[in-house]
Amino acid sequence: MSVSSVALSSGARRLTLRGIALFYLLAILIGPVIVVCWRTFDQGAGHVWDTLTDSNTIHAFEMTLLVTAIAVPVNTVFGIIVGLAIVRRNFPLKGLLNAFIDLPLALSPVVVGLSLFLLYGRGGWFGDWFEAHGIQILFALPAMVLATIFVSLPFVAREVIPTLREIGDEQEQAARTLGASAWQTFRRITLPSIRWAVIYGVVLTTARCLGEYGAVAIVSGRLEGQTETATLRVEDRYTNFDLAGAYSIAVVLASMAILVLIAMTLLKPKEEAER
Amino acid sequence: MSIEIQGIGKRFGDFVALEDVTLEVEAGSLTALLGPSGSGKSTLLRIVAGLEQPDAGTVRLDGEDVTVTPPQARGVGFVFQHYAAFKHMTVRKNVAFGLEVRRRPKSEVAARVDELLELVQLRGLADRYPAQLSGGQRQRMALARALAVEPSVLLLDEPFGALDARVRKELRRWLRRLHDEQHVTTVIVTHDQEEAMDVADRIALMHEGRIQQIGDPRELYDAPVNDFVRSFFGPVVETADGLVRPHDLSLSHEPGPTSFEAMVTRVVHLGFEVRVDLLDADGRAFSAQLTRDEEAELELESGQIVFVSPRNGVDASVGTPGLGVGDEVVE
Repeated sequence: MSVSSVALSSGARRLTLRGIALFYLLAILIGPVIVVCWRTFDQGAGHVWDTLTDSNTIHAFEMTLLVTAIAVPVNTVFGIIVGLAIVRRNFPLKGLLNAFIDLPLALSPVVVGLSLFLLYGRGGWFGDWFEAHGIQILFALPAMVLATIFVSLPFVAREVIPTLREIGDEQEQAARTLGASAWQTFRRITLPSIRWAVIYGVVLTTARCLGEYGAVAIVSGRLEGQTETATLRVEDRYTNFDLAGAYSIAVVLASMAILVLIAMTLLKPKEEAER
Repeated sequence: MSIEIQGIGKRFGDFVALEDVTLEVEAGSLTALLGPSGSGKSTLLRIVAGLEQPDAGTVRLDGEDVTVTPPQARGVGFVFQHYAAFKHMTVRKNVAFGLEVRRRPKSEVAARVDELLELVQLRGLADRYPAQLSGGQRQRMALARALAVEPSVLLLDEPFGALDARVRKELRRWLRRLHDEQHVTTVIVTHDQEEAMDVADRIALMHEGRIQQIGDPRELYDAPVNDFVRSFFGPVVETADGLVRPHDLSLSHEPGPTSFEAMVTRVVHLGFEVRVDLLDADGRAFSAQLTRDEEAELELESGQIVFVSPRNGVDASVGTPGLGVGDEVVE
């Protein structure tokens, strides 16, 4: 009797915990996404189609993809180099660098945007020099890329660093004694060993770049059809009372992120089975 | 190819890993760097390979100064204690690595890899990944990988340290046979004196960053230059005349001119030999090694009082007194 009542209560407790977890996920994560999808088609599929084929919307998606396509490779290379430097080398102020990498996570994107504004704007440290040379930074692609690179900087390095620590440097030393140069060692030994960390970092960086809003909002100038990204376009539609339009762009953005995550999950188990 | 190590010094912060180490390794020989952990033997080996930079001194390979040459240009083979297998490559790819980075023709690489896999008896496992091999197989793969590039010098850092007792015995015999066939100058680092005596022509015994004695295994065992060397090659017992080994003690029921009293605490039969644990009048524990026949004649039992003396002809005066090893060497 007492045994079964204990089992029952532990079973009940498990159910309660699951219920709470499920409710939490539903309320915080899944619910809003479902509602957005639902409301998208409020005014019919025709309106969705019109919004998405609007030339300004298409341009906004192009801008988002272009900025992402520049920022992700740059941050991937940077993240791997910084990861290697922090784990494999000793240099002064290493601790400081390690702490600074996390700065974009701690700093509000709005602050990032403002600081870029101050640096590259008229009278800023670099602003006058670029203006004198006829190079447009603010309210153009360069500032949007800089802002996006800044906010998505830590992800690759943060994935790569623990993996590098875990694999140790014996394999690299073995490669060196076998005659491999520094580059050959990196290409053939280090990179394959950390590839999953790099891929995971790239996925997170991509998601962050696609979704970036605050910093880009400040430095881009939000010129419709010119410097407007997809997230800025959502806000533009929203403030112009085109709710269904805003929802349809949001759904496409969400689908892109979900696709990236699904691709990840599909790839990963295969790799683990191989080992 | 010979190795000349001249006046090598190395510190890690405040810790002196090596101090003024000089050692010559003859071409074609198999030398063991022996010593307790922290004695600097692995650091010395890594300096020879170029994986560590010395603070002082020079390393010469075949007369050529390579002290500042990077590891990939030294032509040495290095085998690590924990194998350092390339986990994402098959056995075949692991062994081929050194040849592939040298951009040798594919047919040549394939032929050489087959030959080496045959040599280390891993032919049937060529397409496996390291994770699918046992420790002994992984280490043989690592050895084949190191030998593939025809190194002038083969350096092994505790190569059998992570393997179980039976496999390590098997592998070290096999290593010795391999050395007798290939004649590659080989240096093996180990903390196991039995392993060093089993495989090596010469042993350099290290302690606290210095080489204590260099010689063939017999020399170190029979003519140790100090108490550290003597005690490293097995337990020693302090007698009135100095330090002797347990098998140099004889037991008797009658007192003799140099004997002292001790109580038998335990008689352990180890096949051919018998270990007798004893306690002397000052309460210090030690042991004596007898043959089975000797023990049978004495009919020893625990609790008995016996008379202990060094065997006739044993010179117990070797060894520098005052090194303070007495406490740790009495078993």
